[in-house]
Amino acid sequence: MTAVSDRQKLAYVNSQAADGRVNLEFETQEGMTLNMGPQHPATHGTLRIIVKLDGESVIAAEPVMGYMHRGYEKLTEVRTYPQVTTLVNRIDWLGSFANEVPFILAAEKLMEVEAPPRAQWIRTILFELSRIANISLFVGDMALHIGAMTAAFYAFRDREFVLNQIEAVTGGRFHPNFDRIGGLKDDLPKGWIADTKAAMEKIRDFCDEMDDLVTGNEIFQARTRGVGVIPADVAQQFGLSGANLRSSGVDWDLRRDQPVGLAWDQADWKVWTHPDGDSFARFWVRIQEVRESTKIVDQLLDGLPAGPIMAKVPRIIKVPEGEAWVATENPLGEMGYYVVSKGDLGPFRVKIRTASFNNVSVVPWVCRGVYVPDVVTILASLYFILGDIDR
Amino acid sequence: MGLVESGKLPKPLTSLLNTSRKYSIWIFQWGLACCAIEMGAALGSPRYDVMRLGVIPLPASPRQADLVCFSGTVTDKMVPAIRRLYDQMPDPKYVISMGSCANCGGPYWDSYSVTKGVDQVVPVDVYVPGCPPRPEALLEGIVLLQQRIGKEDMVERWKGEPLVVS
Repeated sequence: MTAVSDRQKLAYVNSQAADGRVNLEFETQEGMTLNMGPQHPATHGTLRIIVKLDGESVIAAEPVMGYMHRGYEKLTEVRTYPQVTTLVNRIDWLGSFANEVPFILAAEKLMEVEAPPRAQWIRTILFELSRIANISLFVGDMALHIGAMTAAFYAFRDREFVLNQIEAVTGGRFHPNFDRIGGLKDDLPKGWIADTKAAMEKIRDFCDEMDDLVTGNEIFQARTRGVGVIPADVAQQFGLSGANLRSSGVDWDLRRDQPVGLAWDQADWKVWTHPDGDSFARFWVRIQEVRESTKIVDQLLDGLPAGPIMAKVPRIIKVPEGEAWVATENPLGEMGYYVVSKGDLGPFRVKIRTASFNNVSVVPWVCRGVYVPDVVTILASLYFILGDIDR
Repeated sequence: MGLVESGKLPKPLTSLLNTSRKYSIWIFQWGLACCAIEMGAALGSPRYDVMRLGVIPLPASPRQADLVCFSGTVTDKMVPAIRRLYDQMPDPKYVISMGSCANCGGPYWDSYSVTKGVDQVVPVDVYVPGCPPRPEALLEGIVLLQQRIGKEDMVERWKGEPLVVS
């Protein structure tokens, strides 16, 4: 073990004391305290939830975060612009490419360059592919939390088709780091378009298969219908976004409502909403989203414009002074970057708005009065990623 | 086992026990960050199918596991939990550190909240590099660990002293 300074020791003791206080508050109340996590399968890694129980029903639930805090906002201050995309890839690790795009768009906004149309279209295609890679795992994961293990295997199997396509273009299965200020690193490889169309066909089959396996399943419906209902006004008050908001009946999708230069308006697709707002609605809306994403990819591949993939940008990128905010509809919800530049090689300050942080903030509200097993289904259906919460 | 404790284990018996141990590893999946998904793909997906190597990826708790795979970024807040769960595992226990973050901090080498390497708190047997490593890389790490278990001197191992890497 390396030597630690007194200051570090003090910080450690303080953090432990903060955890202890949460426990103490809970323990002074009536009832039994149950600790879930930080190592618990239902928490996707390292979220910790302290649940106060009366018999089997939950009186109060308190999420404890910070187990995956990696200090992105501070690290961006000591990186240059091309290096930042490497970092922000890893915020939402299931749909990595989608994390780069808003940051690059914000930097482009400050530099007043615009990527050529072909780059914008390929960006949109990769964005939607990462959405499929993200949500297809959710579908299997949600079924796994209800107790159906088969669906998870199918999800991992069919997810590989999309990952292969992403890898063929970018060279990385997970973290592509492919987006550049002013365009993209490379053009599409030969034969990629036909392969991707075949993969999209397989993903549509996967969605049908999941509908047969999971959505129509009686046990699944009994466990999710009417459980964890979030009304539309509560969802808006907590700042939910993405499919969690749409499943509460709010018709709101940044891809349609807020043009940022990408090619979503060139395709014909639909924003699905569900009036119920329960766990089942969140699952159902996400499956429909995968279907719509495959449609978007198919249409964009058909109409892909020719031309360059890189605009004219200087070799050493210096972003002029200014501030820019760009948000896009990421797989988990609204993700935005507020970039402040002082004209240096790297940003002066970056504020990252991620969807999962707000999505999890609704847990204490929605978990009151439910049974313990339903906590797991609610957490699974809210669908957060720890890197996206803690950053 | 009296034979092992007395330090007089015949060689054929050692190799028999080692062979049985190395093909029945129960691996505890400690998914921490991005690598957890690749670990899930390696251990839980039909394409990479880890069970053909004689590894069972689904122990109910660390108390039933022989091998723990730390995959992802270890933060300072997480370290007490990691040490505690490692202590709960029964001997002989092995550790795979998967991904750059668990090896040395990775892209967060200058972050204020990230522990630079899980080997600061637990002894690591196999390091799998990559960010994240491909599932095949993790499988190779497991195969390397199995080779090492096969060559192990059990008497030496049971003394409770740290294992010397050969």
